[in-house]
Amino acid sequence: MFSRAYKFAISAPPLLWISVFLLVPYLLMFGYSFWAVSSSQAIVHTWNLQNYRDLLIHDVYRQTLLRSMWIAARVMVFSLLLGYPLAYFLSFYAGAKKELYYQLVIIPLWVSYLVRAYAWKTILGTDGVLNTLLQYVHLTRHPLDFLLYSPFAVVLTLTHIYTPFTFLPIYAALEHIPRNLVEASHDLGATPAQTFWRVIFPLSIPGVLAGATFAFVLSLGDFLAPLLLGGPSGIMISNIVVSLFGAAYNWPLGAAISFCMLLLVLSLLMFSEHLEKRWSHS
Amino acid sequence: MRMTNVPHAAVPIDKDTPLLSVRNLAKSFGKNPVLRDISLEVAEGEFLTILGESGSGKTTLLRILAGFESPTSGELWMGGERLDLLPPYRRRINTVFQNYALFPHLTVAENVAYGLRIAKLPQPEIQSRVQAALAMAKMSAHALAKPSRISGGQQQRVALARALVNRPRLLLLDEPLSALDANLRRQMQIELKSLQREVGITFIFVTHDQEEAMVMSDRIALLRSGELEQIAPPREIYTRPTTSYAAQFIGRTNLLRGEVRGGIALCGAIRFPAPLPDGPALFSLRPENIRLGTPAQFTARLLDRVFHGSSELLRVECSDGQVLTVSTALREEYAGDLQFKFSPADAVPVRETTAAPPANSRQEHA
Amino acid sequence: MNANLRRPRALSLHAILVFAFLYFPIAILILYSFNGAGVGGFPPRNLTFNWYRILLSDGPLWDSVLNSLLVAAASMGIALALGIPAALALDRADFPGKAVFRHLVLLPLILPGIITGLSLLMLFRETGVKLSLLTIILGHGTALISVATTEVFAGLQKLERAQEEASLDLGANYWQTFWRITLPNLKLPIIGAALLIFTLSMDEIAVSFFLIGRDNTLPLEIWGRMRRGITPEINAISTIIFLFSLLAIVLWYRLRTQAVGTPEIGAEWIQTAER
Repeated sequence: MFSRAYKFAISAPPLLWISVFLLVPYLLMFGYSFWAVSSSQAIVHTWNLQNYRDLLIHDVYRQTLLRSMWIAARVMVFSLLLGYPLAYFLSFYAGAKKELYYQLVIIPLWVSYLVRAYAWKTILGTDGVLNTLLQYVHLTRHPLDFLLYSPFAVVLTLTHIYTPFTFLPIYAALEHIPRNLVEASHDLGATPAQTFWRVIFPLSIPGVLAGATFAFVLSLGDFLAPLLLGGPSGIMISNIVVSLFGAAYNWPLGAAISFCMLLLVLSLLMFSEHLEKRWSHS
Repeated sequence: MRMTNVPHAAVPIDKDTPLLSVRNLAKSFGKNPVLRDISLEVAEGEFLTILGESGSGKTTLLRILAGFESPTSGELWMGGERLDLLPPYRRRINTVFQNYALFPHLTVAENVAYGLRIAKLPQPEIQSRVQAALAMAKMSAHALAKPSRISGGQQQRVALARALVNRPRLLLLDEPLSALDANLRRQMQIELKSLQREVGITFIFVTHDQEEAMVMSDRIALLRSGELEQIAPPREIYTRPTTSYAAQFIGRTNLLRGEVRGGIALCGAIRFPAPLPDGPALFSLRPENIRLGTPAQFTARLLDRVFHGSSELLRVECSDGQVLTVSTALREEYAGDLQFKFSPADAVPVRETTAAPPANSRQEHA
Repeated sequence: MNANLRRPRALSLHAILVFAFLYFPIAILILYSFNGAGVGGFPPRNLTFNWYRILLSDGPLWDSVLNSLLVAAASMGIALALGIPAALALDRADFPGKAVFRHLVLLPLILPGIITGLSLLMLFRETGVKLSLLTIILGHGTALISVATTEVFAGLQKLERAQEEASLDLGANYWQTFWRITLPNLKLPIIGAALLIFTLSMDEIAVSFFLIGRDNTLPLEIWGRMRRGITPEINAISTIIFLFSLLAIVLWYRLRTQAVGTPEIGAEWIQTAER
């Protein structure tokens, strides 16, 4: 029903904009990753694979990437453990209060990342709320120093931030399950637990995949929570990139790492999409 | 749908004690009563249809039997066991859902096997029973298909197979034919009925379609705004309706309002003997029980006529202004005042009841 | 549902604990914004409005608030101006590379901000654009097209195509139909998207981090102070940010439930991506 001119008018501007401000920058990042920095700190546009060689040779990059993935994996698992039962509860048992509870979950979602990370910093610090509380009730005599500036603090904070993210697609998937399927399962003799594992959970897998991907990918690339709460042992891969673009001034190497992250993230997204498609269409 | 492969339910048929008794059942949602004081009994091997318009409570009644809703008061008993205290998965009752409720992530065969797997039957038995049930449903060729890949009629048969394969003592069917087109629906009505005879399982079938109810049932339980209006075999409910609502809901009828004096019913210009005590009375007189001819009980003039294939419906106006519907054989011309007669035995006295609002456009009487 | 299938205790308890976990830090944050004795330290002492008073006379902070408002408003304009046509294009146009385009538009939603921020930083460096509020606006605008697209796309799924056909049938051309039928029907999703984009831009830090010039946005100003040390003044401004976010979200939620039904944000991102 729509004319070619109409279709052109609606697709050309966003297409152009997206190309200039997303596609070209990604390609540029790819280009940068083959360049080098001269001794006079200028970026030299000569093409070579030195940056990627460096990434392979130096253990620190691989280790930091592995640590980041380990942190992201923990965040993902904890977010699922917190988010899934909550989504299940809301979708199937919340009754009339469903809407209210739902709003209560999405409010933290849109409340400033920075505000929430900061709140945890004030709670976990040496003189923070938690330590002074523990001493106040005489549970500990000295402040626990593993609370802040540790991977623990990063995982805790990121879990707090990404649990609502994980919740949303799971909740949506659960809401889309026709309720008569649950009744049919009970009708055929399955207890609520059997019904959950044989009907509800399998049908919610696409939501779980999406939620897990959100939590993992967004945690993997985070650099603010580690800066604020991570300390030396909580450094993540993005922190290295930040320093390469800042004080260390090696943009090409930073670009190479970023580009690897981009590839990793894209392949994760494609993998999860593929899994989800296979699950729902097989 | 031939059922030769599926064995009968292993329950001895005992005509004296009913399979299911519903005792003084009531259900309200909040302050809104949906079912009021329903009592009925269903015999082993019976095909009972619960008939009613939308909002009559028929689906709620079915859902209470299945265990998806609990009654507000009253009891359910099945085979000497209190039923309403059991969760749905402990009841030997299976349901064919209105939209079939097939599990989309399982194949046709896995759907049928679901109940047997839950019951932890040995694998070989599950296999043979699933195969038999699929053959019964003529779905063997689609055993490995996902429900989304098969047609509505096929889904309906899978839903039936999935329920029957468990050999329930009672099968509930919630308007299972309403999603099918008219031809397929008629065909399925007959197949369902003969299937039910073969397996000998008690069926409780919910529908709003009175024709469907008449074709299939041993008995019809007619619900009106949450109350049991009449429960009787189709022939009886049609020929001897006890209430004006029943008379109007099932088939077409004329309601004659008047009074009885000295064994004679006086309904406007229409008079006929009625062995009833004196007082106001209401009668149901089916259009096909009125014939042209003499000696006439009343004369009337033709208002309009509607062609109905083998017969014709005439709308006629009596001298006192009453409008009646008469079903007659086809005829070319009518002229002047017409004379009609009927057998007084066909004028059935009924209690006056009306559908509570929102009544839908079911009232078809002239 | 059936009374025989009671709500499992463990699930309710779990839900309570998760809600406690989600709101505990926010509650602490607000509580300590009134604490006279500084951040942390249990129990809170000398409750006071002092920090809010200090906040009021904090010049640099208010400058950054103005900057953020400017950035948010401009990003909102960009994101809507491009996100609405993008949603329309995804809904009703076919062109080569549509699948790539679809994924590309939505990518900034799921991509860590550092990648979007750095790639734009390199673009601006190579094209010789000086970093300023403008570069932040371009960054936010581009990243948040995704939000406008998903919200409007969800709205489009509810819009009956026949309405637009009727308009064309009655002699309106495409342009008139767009302004008189399509856009008014998308009013609620668009207002919702605008609110969301505004809030997200006000709060955004990961992309801004790399594109910042001399002028700070509010989150970057706060970030700078946090790195230097924490004071209840930050709690106070955070509390105010929280309250504004809360207001925006509740408003957005109301609009969304009216326009599209219960929001299913996560699912819609995926849906838009896979259509």
